[in-house]
Amino acid sequence: MPKHTFILNGKPVTVDVHDDVRLLWVIRDIVGLTGPKYGCGINVCKACTSHLNGKAFNPCSVRVADVKATDKVTTIEGLADTVPGDLHPMQEAWLEYDVAQCGYCQPGQIMAAVAKVKQARAAGHEITDADLDEIRNVCRCGTYSRIREAIKAGSKNM
Amino acid sequence: MTSTLPTPDAIDQPHQALRPSRRGFLGYVVGASTLVVAADLSLGTPAYAAVPSGPQIPEAYDLEDLQTDSARPTAQLITIAIEKDGTATFAIPRMEVGQGITTSTAVIIAEELDLPISKVRVSLAPARPELLFNQLTGGSNTTVSTFTPMRVAAAIAKGALLEAAAIELGSAAALLKSKDGVITAPGGASRTYGELAAKAASTTTKGVTVDLKPRSSFRVIGKPANRVDARDIVTGKKKFSMDLEVPNALPTMVCRPPTLNGHPKRILNQPTVKAMPGVTDIAMVDTGIAVRAQTFGQCIDAVRALKVDWAPGSVEGESDATILKSLRKAELPLAVPKVPVLAKTIEADFAFMFRSSAALEPYAAIADVRSDRAEVWAGLKAPIVAQGNIAKAVGLPQSKVKVNVITGGGSFGHKLFGDHAIEAAKISKAMGKPVRLMWHRADEPRQGRVHPMATSRIRATYLAGQVLSFEQRHTSVSTDFSHGLGEMITAMADELPNPLANLSFSQTIFSLTQELPYNFGAVTQLLNETDERFNTGSMRNIYSPDVRCANELVVDQLARAMGKDPLAFRLEFIKDERVRAVLKKAAAVGNWGRKMPAGTAQGIAIHKEYKGATACLVEIDCRPATVNRKVRDGVTGPRVTKAVVAVDAGLVVNPQGLKAQMMGGFSDGLALALTSSLHLRDGHFLEASWDNYFYTRQWNIPPQFEAVIVNPEVEQPGGAGEAAVSSSVAAVACAFARATGKVPTTFPINHNQPVAFEVKSFVPPVPESPTDGLSHTY
Repeated sequence: MPKHTFILNGKPVTVDVHDDVRLLWVIRDIVGLTGPKYGCGINVCKACTSHLNGKAFNPCSVRVADVKATDKVTTIEGLADTVPGDLHPMQEAWLEYDVAQCGYCQPGQIMAAVAKVKQARAAGHEITDADLDEIRNVCRCGTYSRIREAIKAGSKNM
Repeated sequence: MTSTLPTPDAIDQPHQALRPSRRGFLGYVVGASTLVVAADLSLGTPAYAAVPSGPQIPEAYDLEDLQTDSARPTAQLITIAIEKDGTATFAIPRMEVGQGITTSTAVIIAEELDLPISKVRVSLAPARPELLFNQLTGGSNTTVSTFTPMRVAAAIAKGALLEAAAIELGSAAALLKSKDGVITAPGGASRTYGELAAKAASTTTKGVTVDLKPRSSFRVIGKPANRVDARDIVTGKKKFSMDLEVPNALPTMVCRPPTLNGHPKRILNQPTVKAMPGVTDIAMVDTGIAVRAQTFGQCIDAVRALKVDWAPGSVEGESDATILKSLRKAELPLAVPKVPVLAKTIEADFAFMFRSSAALEPYAAIADVRSDRAEVWAGLKAPIVAQGNIAKAVGLPQSKVKVNVITGGGSFGHKLFGDHAIEAAKISKAMGKPVRLMWHRADEPRQGRVHPMATSRIRATYLAGQVLSFEQRHTSVSTDFSHGLGEMITAMADELPNPLANLSFSQTIFSLTQELPYNFGAVTQLLNETDERFNTGSMRNIYSPDVRCANELVVDQLARAMGKDPLAFRLEFIKDERVRAVLKKAAAVGNWGRKMPAGTAQGIAIHKEYKGATACLVEIDCRPATVNRKVRDGVTGPRVTKAVVAVDAGLVVNPQGLKAQMMGGFSDGLALALTSSLHLRDGHFLEASWDNYFYTRQWNIPPQFEAVIVNPEVEQPGGAGEAAVSSSVAAVACAFARATGKVPTTFPINHNQPVAFEVKSFVPPVPESPTDGLSHTY
């Protein structure tokens, strides 16, 4: 079987698996990191949202063969290590606003939130309600209002 | 820690010898090596008065009472232990699904024990058949039924610690002070709970009586507490069923039939699929063809490749229209009581479509079935029933099946049933290997549990400023109660109010939950159910959201016909002061009656259940520019721009958690009113993922949301999880009717529009995972 190498949460990993297997299953079933969740497998629910070279992406829809050896994949487990301090400011905001209920979607929500704030900044503005409306991550517990509050608060410390 | 559970023989003093004081309760210090305590509420079953003819049944005895009374006789089998590290441990026989019961339980125990919340460890108990009806999570009943037993047990533990400390410190127990897990004598000498745990332990089980803290001394109950698992969640450490490490439990999925409840006859290409990358096993079970592989991605590929000869399903050829027609036929007649000839009548007729109750975490279970025993790990709200069903399915005695209850990624009623655990066990048995079963998202709406389709007919009469009668006939596709509530009703039959004799399970539940909280003269609300071919269950309540949505729309029509403002009308006719208080609060906070532009409106509605009440006020924008806004693979439509939920949930344990449940309940009500339903066509449901099934998303949510707690001075905690759904769906529906001038009759309101998505294939039953993820980064 072909070998594939990429950088996962700061460390290079090499896996022995067929080209077509989507990165989500490589991360979960082979590497054993379970922070990115399965909710649909077709890039709709966004529960697996992670970062590729600092941008939000959904590993359920990327073949492992399409990731390069130099690509940096960050999952929720590695988010805090991308900043100084114990936790990322967005994780701190999530705690402060007690956002989570069941918690299943929240790793993906936090990863999406960080990317969304950066995207708004790159466009020259702070996060707005219109930006928040664009976040597609499903939360079946319906915590959307606290997610919005936490993103606004967390962005101030990013 | 080992402990012996109290049995009548093991108790030193007979019950009769224990005479609790007026506020006192009975319990036990259980024989064990560390301090282990339990409550005994079996003697304290309160008597309920006969139901008078005027009030409705839930006013005297409701579903909360039924569940609480069912749990009472086994309360003494649930123990709290004080460990040698000073923590209190408690395995709650309920399931955490996001509703926050592990947090609220930690708060309750911390309060009575004078421990910091961080020193209370709450885990989920595995299936314990000896608990009978005391291990079912549903009906927003957890805090209602466990509040007192947990406090009694914790208070007994504190008493035993104080007695041990008195000996250690050479003082009288009454002179000692307990705070933050430390007991201090008047001179300043102290011992920690950890140091006292073994000394306070008893070699035999002995009965004791105890008084509970008065409400005025509460230190943590009623104060906002963040979730105990919040840090694990935000760092990705929290484990759900499919995240658990169980040796050799490889990913497993099922290729399911193209029509609802079809089943496989034979596999046409087993060798080809068996040879696919990663695939280890293929087995036929009654629900489909199971595939086990190295990764779930390879399971998906194999499921898509399987060619199967399928037997027909349970509703071949049926569609929404045919099922609705059969519901209409099953409607019980309205029989308006005698009213004066001059009385005017309002008639209304509503239909509520099928809805998927699936959570974001799909059905998932790990099973390891051997020839002589089995172990299962799954999110299960009724694990004892699941344990029995698993045992039956794999041919083992129930005692040989260990069922571990795993915290769920949501439930909303879906995990009341053990479908996933039973299926995983069957597959493990067929393959002779451990399996990690996951349902594909497409499997959930298409083959999973749904909230049944229902109709509600209402006829109300009014004259001279009074409502003379209000009759409702609710008719539903049959609701499955085989998860345990049914057995609970059977067992408690003697305790139930007389009018419930000879009713079906569903009619009993309906009668125990449905209450029209207005003085509307002669009120009758009846249920009839028909058609058992669907996989049904409750969905963040059973009947209330639909029934109350219909009710409140008619209340608005009555107000209009009688020339009254919707708020003023409700305040005039509401029966109960607690309901009135939440309504006033929502109206004040939401600024009811403010001037709104054409095409926008406010709506307001109430709901009384779960030993409390909620009121919801919303503002909705139904103007074309809003309704027609576009979102890729999503539905927009009217936008609720502001929502306020006021709640009276009785004695509040954790206001932070209560407000969270109001927010979630509102999101559900919003979806029920505007966007989320299943379309049945030609024997199967069309929806297959979140781009088809339109649960509330960020673009639907009101930019302004507020939950407000109205705190009544009562000692009884109420329910929270389901409490906001009914008033929310009703308020949104009422606002929509006021903004557009048209009363909606089908829910969700967009159901009869052309389906807003391309229907995914039925053969293969699951969609391929895309490969273009790198072109959608941001």
